[in-house]
Amino acid sequence: MRGRPTFVIGCVLVAVVFVVALGSLIWLPYDPADTSGGRLVPPGGAHLLGTDKLGRDLLTQLMVGARIALTVGVGSVLLGGALGVAGGLLAGFATRWLDDLLSAALDILIAFPTLLLAMLVVAAREASLGSAVLAIGLAMSGIVARLTRVLVKRVLAQDYITAARTSGASWPRVVAEHVLPNIWPTLLVNLALQLGLAVLAEAALSYLGLGPPPPNASWGRLLQEAQATVLTAPTGAIAPGVLLVVLVVGVNLVADGFRDLADPTRRRSR
Amino acid sequence: MTPVLAVEELSVRRADGHELVRGVSFTLGPGERLGLIGESGSGKSLTALAVMGLLPAGMTAGGSVLLGGTQVVGAPGRRLDRVRGRTASVVFQEPLTALDPLMRVGRQIAGPIRRRRGLRGPALRAAVLAALSEVRLPERVARAYPHEISGGQRQRVAIAMALACEPEVLIADEPTTALDVTVQAEVLALLDGLIAGRDMALLFIGHDLAVVAGVADRVVVLKDGSVVESGRTRDIVREPRHPYTRSLVDSAWALEGELDRLAP
Amino acid sequence: MPVLAAREVGFAYRGGPAVLEEVSVAVTAGRSLALVGESGAGKTTLLRLLLGLARPTSGQVLFDGAELAPRDPAFLRAVQPVFQDPYSSLDPRQRVGRIVSEPLRSMGLLAPGSRAAKRAEAAERVAEALDSVGLPADAARRYPHEFSGGQRQRIAIARAIVCRPRVLLADEPVSALDVSTRVRVVELLGTLGASHGLTVVVVSHDLSVVAALCAETAVIEHGRVVEQGRTADVLGSPAHPYTRRLIESVPRLSRAARLR
Repeated sequence: MRGRPTFVIGCVLVAVVFVVALGSLIWLPYDPADTSGGRLVPPGGAHLLGTDKLGRDLLTQLMVGARIALTVGVGSVLLGGALGVAGGLLAGFATRWLDDLLSAALDILIAFPTLLLAMLVVAAREASLGSAVLAIGLAMSGIVARLTRVLVKRVLAQDYITAARTSGASWPRVVAEHVLPNIWPTLLVNLALQLGLAVLAEAALSYLGLGPPPPNASWGRLLQEAQATVLTAPTGAIAPGVLLVVLVVGVNLVADGFRDLADPTRRRSR
Repeated sequence: MTPVLAVEELSVRRADGHELVRGVSFTLGPGERLGLIGESGSGKSLTALAVMGLLPAGMTAGGSVLLGGTQVVGAPGRRLDRVRGRTASVVFQEPLTALDPLMRVGRQIAGPIRRRRGLRGPALRAAVLAALSEVRLPERVARAYPHEISGGQRQRVAIAMALACEPEVLIADEPTTALDVTVQAEVLALLDGLIAGRDMALLFIGHDLAVVAGVADRVVVLKDGSVVESGRTRDIVREPRHPYTRSLVDSAWALEGELDRLAP
Repeated sequence: MPVLAAREVGFAYRGGPAVLEEVSVAVTAGRSLALVGESGAGKTTLLRLLLGLARPTSGQVLFDGAELAPRDPAFLRAVQPVFQDPYSSLDPRQRVGRIVSEPLRSMGLLAPGSRAAKRAEAAERVAEALDSVGLPADAARRYPHEFSGGQRQRIAIARAIVCRPRVLLADEPVSALDVSTRVRVVELLGTLGASHGLTVVVVSHDLSVVAALCAETAVIEHGRVVEQGRTADVLGSPAHPYTRRLIESVPRLSRAARLR
């Protein structure tokens, strides 16, 4: 851990958001729907960060929002990561025509606007947290799959794969022993980036009204609602924005740190 | 006789201050042939790049490199552009990456000829074909893309481009390492003839003592970034003084010994 | 009976021209064989066929007289490869011990028993193999990037011999190494041949290596064997013009122009 201040900073940042999200499960300053505090109360006193234009406590909203942000981020990364890695492995190992077919399908999926995908999912289901995770996860899977495919192909071209095959290792064994260990560090960094993007995408969806409906106050919805009053009550826009940055930066630093820890050439070089 | 290339106390440092080449000195007179020999990591290629002012970003050269009277170390890019090509040009190890994959061979050769001799139109075309025939390549190669010709042909194209500049010094950085043995022999013979014909100086960088001994009259032996021994090739191969040179020469003889025994 | 033999094999990639045509070579136990030729001649493809990594489009590859079955445990154990590039042939994320013991684990060659017993046996076999290639036993705990090119090639050789094979198929095993390292690795392959009863098949374009290491030589040009026989005969009195050209092209100190 020594000599890796960025990793430590990343852990702290992520931990802050986690603690806030978990904390919201046991304790909240106010009920999220409580509008008794009066509109646009400035920070301080009974309302640490003030209230919004409906009179709800901002700190409460942010704490609930942290939970939503993490749910969406982690949920869509799990979904998109699982689908993407599976698809990418398949394409990476596939024979020529199947690879071409899968690659074409991935290109279409990636070219498909996330927003349109989200609208389709919302139309088929309803505007909910689950729909947001599903839409974002699906959109993400294409990008993850394409990256996985390239990484797998690169590893498969190495002589140590041939060596493993000529020593009798089955393909599943080759994947477990050589392919996954060599691709996951790069994948992890990309997934961290995707987690950040997913949180931002959820904010965008909520902003457009396609996200989880009120009273689920996601950070994106808070930003949207604070937009009209950003000049008179800036905290409402700044606070969710800062938390968004904290989470995204934190996750990326943690992922970079993990990658370095996993890489023997970097680990021993210090 | 003023040397075309005078290297004095050349050093190459990485951005973190680590010295990769230190205290390298040698001179090259007009028409002379000098070999730089060393194993991987000896700093021989970095020395060649430093001579041309082509060190990768983050590396800095110290000491002095006088190329045709111009100080290369610390010189701004514009001044070097005049020296590169005019005074010295380079042939690299890997001809595939040294050529532009998207440009026909003829146009690539035409570039330096146009710049150096100011030729245009039919005269330029004729000069390109002449340059190709000089490296024993057929005319049709001019219309080919680099990937359509063999490795040996690509290296001939690279040589034609380097010679088209009519430099005073040709720097060849392991020019035959990526080639097959028979092709290597052809390219070396070609290079030898072309240089002799023009009275051009040659700085030949290599790791194979037998190859270097075939082209260079003098050699500088590098190890871990420093010169361990230099002198006439004949003396160094017959009576190496430094233990490292001796091990290099012994290894070369050891590998060759069996072959010499079976096929003298 | 040859351990490994190609009988009139031909090979072409789908829709491509023939890479090999009617190639017949045989590996006799104790007679190391060199496959000599230039890049694109088909040497590496022939090696892949002998390793069971590709199937010939015509002809047969025989192992112990029967048609080669690529997943046959007896074959896998008997024939092991060594690659040209010691940087690509070792998984950068595994410790040397794990790399070298891979054949033992993959083929299930460790005596049945507890995990700890298997690990102890593997460690012992790994130490033995590392010792055979002149590396200290503590190398097992380190990662490939901590070793030089020559040492990495030794690690790759240790992996190949850990399951006590009969044949080693080496594709340009020293061409990526420095000259002084090259001599030592060639010597190592030579001594392993004698001490471990290994027959080495070397693909090389370097005739010095061939002369030093192999009893038999087959010269391949454009996918065909143009000459084969005892190395002393092939190199000493080459019958084919291509072989002669190959021999004349080798840069040699004994003939270097600037030494005269």
